[in-house]
Parts: sequence; structure tokens; C-alpha cells
Amino acid sequence: MGLWLLILIPIFAAPFAWMGQQWSRHAPRWIVLGALAIDFILVLLLGGQHSTVQASGHGAWLVESHTSWIPRWGISLHLGLDGLSVVLIPLTVFVGIVATIASWTEIQSRVGLFHCHVLLALGGVIGIFLAIDLFLFFFFWELMLIPMYLLIVIWGHAQRRHASFKFFLFTQAGSLVLLVAIVALALLHQQATGRPSFDYADLMGLTLTSEIARWLMLAFLIGFLVKLPAPPFHTWLPDTYAEAPTGATIILAGILAKTGAYGLLRFTLPLFPEALSDVAPIAMGLGVAGILYAAVLACAQTDIKRLVAYSSISHMGFILLGAFAGTELALQGVMMQMVAHGLSTAGLFLLAGALEERYQTRDMGQMGGLWSVTPRLATMTLFFACASLGLPGLANFIGEFLVLFGSYATQPVMIILASLGMVMAAIYSLGMMQRTFFGRQQDTRTAPDLSNVAFGTLLFIAGLQIWLGLYPKAVLTTTKPVMEQLLQHALVSANSTHLPSESLLSSHIVTSQGSTP
Amino acid sequence: MILQDFIALSPILNLGAFCLVTMLAIAFRRNHARIAVCALMSCLFTLATLPWAATVAPRAVTTLLVVDGHALLYMGLVLSATMVIIALSYRYLNSQFHEKDGVEEYYLLLLLATFGGLVLTTAAHFVSLFLGFELLGLSLCSLIGYLRTRRNPLEAAVKYLLLSITASAFLLFGLALLYFESGAMTFHEVGVSVKQWQTVPALWLGGLILVLVGIALKLGLAPFHMWIPDVYQGAPTPITTYIATVSKAAVMALLLRLATEVGILELPPVVHLFSLLAVVSMVTGNVLALLQQNVKRLLAYSSIAHFGYVLVALLAGGPPAAEAVTFYVIVYCAMSLGAFGVVTVYSSKEGDKDRVEDYQGLFWTRPWLAGMLALSLLSLAGIPVTAGFIGKFYAIVAGVDAGLWWLVLALIANSVVSLYYYLRLFVTLFGEVAIQEALPQQETVQRSEFVSWTAVCSLGFVASIILVLGVYPEPLIQLIRESVSNLLMVAAQKP
Repeated sequence: MGLWLLILIPIFAAPFAWMGQQWSRHAPRWIVLGALAIDFILVLLLGGQHSTVQASGHGAWLVESHTSWIPRWGISLHLGLDGLSVVLIPLTVFVGIVATIASWTEIQSRVGLFHCHVLLALGGVIGIFLAIDLFLFFFFWELMLIPMYLLIVIWGHAQRRHASFKFFLFTQAGSLVLLVAIVALALLHQQATGRPSFDYADLMGLTLTSEIARWLMLAFLIGFLVKLPAPPFHTWLPDTYAEAPTGATIILAGILAKTGAYGLLRFTLPLFPEALSDVAPIAMGLGVAGILYAAVLACAQTDIKRLVAYSSISHMGFILLGAFAGTELALQGVMMQMVAHGLSTAGLFLLAGALEERYQTRDMGQMGGLWSVTPRLATMTLFFACASLGLPGLANFIGEFLVLFGSYATQPVMIILASLGMVMAAIYSLGMMQRTFFGRQQDTRTAPDLSNVAFGTLLFIAGLQIWLGLYPKAVLTTTKPVMEQLLQHALVSANSTHLPSESLLSSHIVTSQGSTP
Repeated sequence: MILQDFIALSPILNLGAFCLVTMLAIAFRRNHARIAVCALMSCLFTLATLPWAATVAPRAVTTLLVVDGHALLYMGLVLSATMVIIALSYRYLNSQFHEKDGVEEYYLLLLLATFGGLVLTTAAHFVSLFLGFELLGLSLCSLIGYLRTRRNPLEAAVKYLLLSITASAFLLFGLALLYFESGAMTFHEVGVSVKQWQTVPALWLGGLILVLVGIALKLGLAPFHMWIPDVYQGAPTPITTYIATVSKAAVMALLLRLATEVGILELPPVVHLFSLLAVVSMVTGNVLALLQQNVKRLLAYSSIAHFGYVLVALLAGGPPAAEAVTFYVIVYCAMSLGAFGVVTVYSSKEGDKDRVEDYQGLFWTRPWLAGMLALSLLSLAGIPVTAGFIGKFYAIVAGVDAGLWWLVLALIANSVVSLYYYLRLFVTLFGEVAIQEALPQQETVQRSEFVSWTAVCSLGFVASIILVLGVYPEPLIQLIRESVSNLLMVAAQKP
């Protein structure tokens, strides 16, 4: 029940946030903050309750909730909390709070509806991190799209229509491919055991021929890489991030991107260990391509939000790289990178939004020399730029370093190339600082500096960054058992030489690739 | 024995009797409200007879009709949809018509069309098939042209008449050919003779394809869809709703029975024909819908695409396919009732409000109405929490189960394309309110209060159906499974 509360609190608070508009201008914001605070405490309680029990992954959940939903297709309302979700849900809630604070002054029209959508989207994301029935997972996966879409299309900037369409069509196309793969898995389970099932544990036990596994894994990959995003599925991202209102951008970059990474870790890797060796080099290659390509593009941006957006793609490349490296170190790095990037990018977008709000432009060519005008804003930007470029002592460094270190043994050439991405991160991050805050002042208007609330929030995030940078064990110990199990499962399944069983479905799979190895 | 036949047939007999009562009531005294209530009651009482009829189902009443779970389920759908449409029509007719012009026959025709629909759902014989077809078609033809003082409805009526005649001609000639080769008129016996043949005679196959073309014309599958947009646009909006829901659902019920009892999906040429129809319908419907500036035309093209999806599910064959088709048709009816219902309610004295611009910023002026349209659009687009998602999921499951990978891929690609135009309309609802509209806002608010309670009730009913089926579809799935097992059992009994 506790797990359902986590999802339902934001969703049920959403209509109140909408109605709250009538009571006072700030009522919706306070309702969001209140609901998220309750959620935050609840998840800590649920996770902390079992701190003596080793947090563990597959089949051994810290907290579990299971109710039948659509027995015809073996679909159940199955939620589970483990080390992975215990880290990601507080992150979600925290980023949600940051997003609310970031839109405190920016959103002035239809305040209630805005916060209603924020809560709905967050409820959907929490559902994603908890669902361990694949149908339910997909349900939440789609559920958060509509509120996100409306956030962009109602409160976005000039090109919002175009951007929101692109966002929706890309993600929906990816999702539908994912849906077909999920359905195929459930039906394969039906052919193997006589009853369809969408349950995670059931599907994990399924033995697939490597031919089928490869196709299904590809479909899963497409579904998740669109969200992550990795090239060539990334083109929706810069437009969307730039045109969305700051609050929505923070949610998009801070958590929605993480749902793609979560999908890789939770579903793609454990479900298809058979195809891991085939797909891993391709996925890692995409990761490296993403790191370098996005970094090069980031260097060329003049729009500050687009720059941060491209840097975001570049950082997500590390996640893709580490997820498929097949070592525990790299997987731990991925986890760290997810948290660290969620925090740093939330901070950066908050700052970029603050700049845009003050100067009504995102063009860095029209900024410059702002350090003296807005010293707080400038200092914080410098801090988060450093975090983003991977300065040792901050959380991003730990994540990227662990990924690189953990994957070097398997793919040395790729890792050397990927390290270049860190160098380029320094170039574009510092370039951004140079163009906005240093140099000659272009815009002589005076602008208010960061408000105390925003400044305090940023300081808090900065504190978290430093804390995790110096003491990464806080995250790493929580996720360690999950990662160990995940790896173990993958290795055992990959090594056990099961005969390619004659599946009924195999005759339907397009077998243009020839025989199975 | 005889009594049980009557019980089984009670829905049809009941509605027939009520048609007569309504006719006499009109002859006795014209009163719009009274006749509307009478029509509504007819449907309600007929619905009430369904459980009674279910006690003796499945039962073949003469060789013409079969009353089984499948027929009863579709009857329930057809009757409920008719009720919603009657409730929506009342205010619409009041605003579009003068009382003295005689609006009462509208309800009589609507009941007659539904009567035809009921016959179609139970038809197990070529004769009853044709009778149902004509009853539905002719009543609809006069309904489309009911606003006889306007130009568009008349044009649409003539188009529908031509279509109807063409479809009937194809159908009759095809049935004649089927009879010529197999010497049987009931679906069951035709199915038996198909089983006995080593190879299917070419003439028989030709006849079957003609029959299927006739049905495709009625369902508006591409490339037989030319009439759909014009008729949808020209017809009074409640009647458009009727064509989109009741008429199509009844024909689909017939097609499902024909397909299972005759076993046409085991014939490769028919499978190829249906695959082709499915793909062409999906592509044509969705691509042309992208270009539309008129909401009714947009929904018309989208309906072509949706029946393409239904065909994908139908092609899968076997129990999941029949379930998926029935589920999708029910869901589609609910979504269409929602979308067209909003257009009906939103229409004013000046005419239908069916341009996309009319909906600019509707959410800010009339949130409930816009919310209803948004819900229907999301459902049509197949987004979770709405019934449309479960429907699409069901269709994909059926397709994947049968290994129709290319068709499933086509379905997905088309779903993505369709998102574009649904979203365009969806976004319009949330757009900024146009300036010239801001002036008569007071008037709008007043009118929104005037929305009759019948419309509120019926749209609320449809919305709750869409949401409940989207969140908890299991009861309906069980119901459909029972009805389908009935249908398949009959098909399996064939030697």
C-alpha cells in the first residue's frame, strides 16, 4: 500500500493544485511542495525500514505490492521497491521540488493547471520506477507523456508547438515499438507455459533463442534510447529542452532522461542476456558517438539552453556506454552518473532559465560581462559548469570516471575516444561561462540577482554534489546488490549453453539473418 | 419451443413493436419532447429484454436469425449507442429546426435503422443479411437528408443513396454467385460446403469477393471510402455519429459472424484481400486526415484508419482475434460518440461548428466540453488511461500472436502518423483564445449553461465508459470472451 501511496499522492494532489489557484496565487506551488515532501519522507521511510535487509534486486524486493488487474493477459498491478528505485525516487521528488522553485516567478498564467500537470508527470515517473509488471510499466511510461506535452505546449516559448510535436511523436514512436516487444515477450511466455504473463519475474525466467532475443532487445533499445536519448534518436531533445518552460525542462532533463536509463538497467539487460554480447558493442558505439557528437555540437551553440541540452545528450552517452560494459564498476558508475547528472543538469537549467527570464533571450551573443550584475547567478553557474565538466570532487566526476574505468577492459579504443568527451565538456562549459559572464558587458540593463529561495536551492544542490563527490558510497552501497545480481544474472544466462528451443513464435520472426549461432 | 423462440427474438420484436407505437404516437399528436422520450424508452426497454433473451441463447430462430452471446453483445452496443445519439439529437434538432417543420419522424427513422442493425447482428442467412442491410441503409439515407432545407445534407444524402445502391448491387450479385455454387443460403451450410471442396470454385470466390466489397463499402474501408468524408461532413452531426458507430458496429458484427461461420479467413485470396484493405485503409485514412481543416472530415478519415486497425485484428484469426475485434469496435463506438458528441453539443443555430479554428482555445472558455473532446482524441490516439489504449493493445496482441509482423508494424507506423493530427486538434483546444471570440464571451458562457442535461448525462456516460474501460477492462473482456466462445463454438460444430 505504501508503494501505491507514493504514486497516488502526487496524482490525487494534482486536482487540488489546479483548484488551489482560486484560493491564492501561490497555493498550487505549496500544494506541490507539500505533496512532494510527503512523498519524499514516505520513500525514505519505506527504504529505510529495511536497511538491515540487504537491498537486493530480482525477485527479492524491499517492499512489494501485488494485485491482479487483467487476468486475461496475465497483467497485474505489481509494484516493487529495490536499491535502484530507492535511489531514483528521491531524485525524482527532489528534482520535482527544484522544478517547482524554478517556475516560482516564471509561470504567471494558469498557475494551477501548470502545477497539476507537474504533479501528474511526477506521479507517472514514480510509477515507472516502481512498476515491475511490464504492462503496468508501459502504462506509466505513456501516462507521463500527456502532462509533459501539455506543459511544453501551453507554457513553452515561441516555437513550442513544433517542439512539443517533435517530442511527442519521437517518444510515442519509440514506445510503440517497445509495446510490441513487450507483447511479444508475454506471448512467448504463453507459448512456453500456457498462460500469458507480463510479470518481470516470469519473463526473466523465459529462455529465448538468441535470434528472437536479438530482435526483441533491439526493440527495447529503440524504446529506451529515444528517451535517453542517444543518436540517432536524439533530434527531439534540443528543440524540446530549449522551448519548454524552465520547470518542464528541469523535469525532462533531470528525470525523464533517467527513465530511459532505468529501462536499460531494469529491463533490457536482465531480460535478454542471450543477446547481450551481440548488441553491446553497437550500444556502446552509439554511446561513444553520442558523447562526441553532442559535445561537438554543444561547442557550436549560441543558445544557452541548447548548449546545456547538447551537453545533456553527451553525458547520457556515458550512461549508455557503462550500461553495456558488463562490469560492476561501470554499472555503479552509471547509477552515480544518473544521480549526478540529474542534480547538475537541474541546476544548470534553473540557471539558464533564470538568465532567460531576466534578459528575455537565450542568445549568449547578447550576454557577456554579467558577473558584476548578477554575482550570485554567475557563481552558481560557474559551480555547475564545473560539475558538468567533471571536476574531481564533484559527483559527475565519480560517475564518469567509474564508467570509463569500468569499461576500459572490454573496449579500450572506445573508452579513449569517450574520454575526449570530457575534454570537450571543459571546452563548451567554460566557453559558456566566458560568453555569458565574462568579457565586455553587452546588455547594460540591470537585472535582479537570484532570489534567496533559488539561491538557497542551488546551494543545496551544490552541497549534494560535493557530498556525493566526496562520499559516493551513499549511493553506491544502496545500488551495489542490485548491480551485482544484475550482472550475475546476465553472465550466468549468457554462459549457460541452452539449446535453441523450438519456439512456436520463431517461425514468425523474420529470419533473414540466417541461422542462430 | 415456440415460446422460447419468441423469448430469443424478444429484442427485435420489442423494438419493432415500439417502432409502430412511435409511428402511431406521431400520427396521434406531434410533440418533439414526447416522441424523443418515447424513442429513448423504446431503446431502454429493448435493452432490458437482452438479459431475458440471454437465458435461451444461443438459439437459432428459424434459419434466418441466430440469437447468441455475440449477437446480444452487439445488440447491447447498438442500442446503447442509439440511446446516446437520441439524447444528443434532441437539443441539436431543437436548435436547427422549427417545431412545426416536423422533427418527430427523425426518431422513427432512427429506431428503424437500429431495428435493421439488430437484424444484422443476428443474421445467419443471406436473406436476413440483405434485409438488415437495406433497412439500415434506407433509413439512414433519409436521416442524412433530414435537414431538407440545407444544401450539404441533401448532397450527402444523394451520395449515401448511390453508395447504398452500389453496395447492395455488389452484395446481391455476390450472394447469387455464392448460392449458385454452393446451393445454400445459410452461413452455416455455405461453410460446410466450403469445407468439403478440395479447391474453392473460382465463381464462388468471385461471389465472396463481391460480397466482401459490398461490406467494405458500408464499412468505408479504403479504397471504397470515397463517400465517407463527404457524408460525414454533410450529414447532421448526430447522424454522422450514428453512421460512425451503430451502422459500422452492426456491419462489423455481421462480418465477424460471416468470417467465423463460413471460415473465409482460411482462404488465402481473402486473407490477401483483407491485408491489402487493412494497409490501404490505414495509410489512406491517416495520410488524408493530415490534410483536413474540418473536424468532421478529420474524424471521417480517422474512422477509415481505425477500421484498418480492426481488420488487422480480424486477420489474426482465432479467439484472440474475435475478442480484439469486438473490444476495438466497442471502444471505437465510445470514442466516436465522445468526439462527435462534442461537435453536436458545440454546434449552434448558425450550423455545425466543425472547422478546426472553431475549437481554438475552447478549453479556456468551456473546459468540460473541451475536456471531453480531449479525452476522446487521446483515446482515438491510443494513450493510456483511455479505452483506446487497451483497444490498440488488444489489436497488437492479436496481431503479434498470429505472427502478422508486417501488419503490426504498419499499424504502429500509422498510429504514429495519426498522433500528428489528433495532437493538432488537441493543441488547438489549449491554444490562445482568438480575439474576435473574446467579445461574445458572455454569450458563450450563457449558452454553456444552457447545455441540456440530456447532453451532459450522455457525454458523461460516454466519458465514464472511456475511462473505466481504460483502467479496468477485465469485466468487459470476460463478457466478450463468453460471447466469442459462443460464436466460435457454433463455428466449430461444423463437421
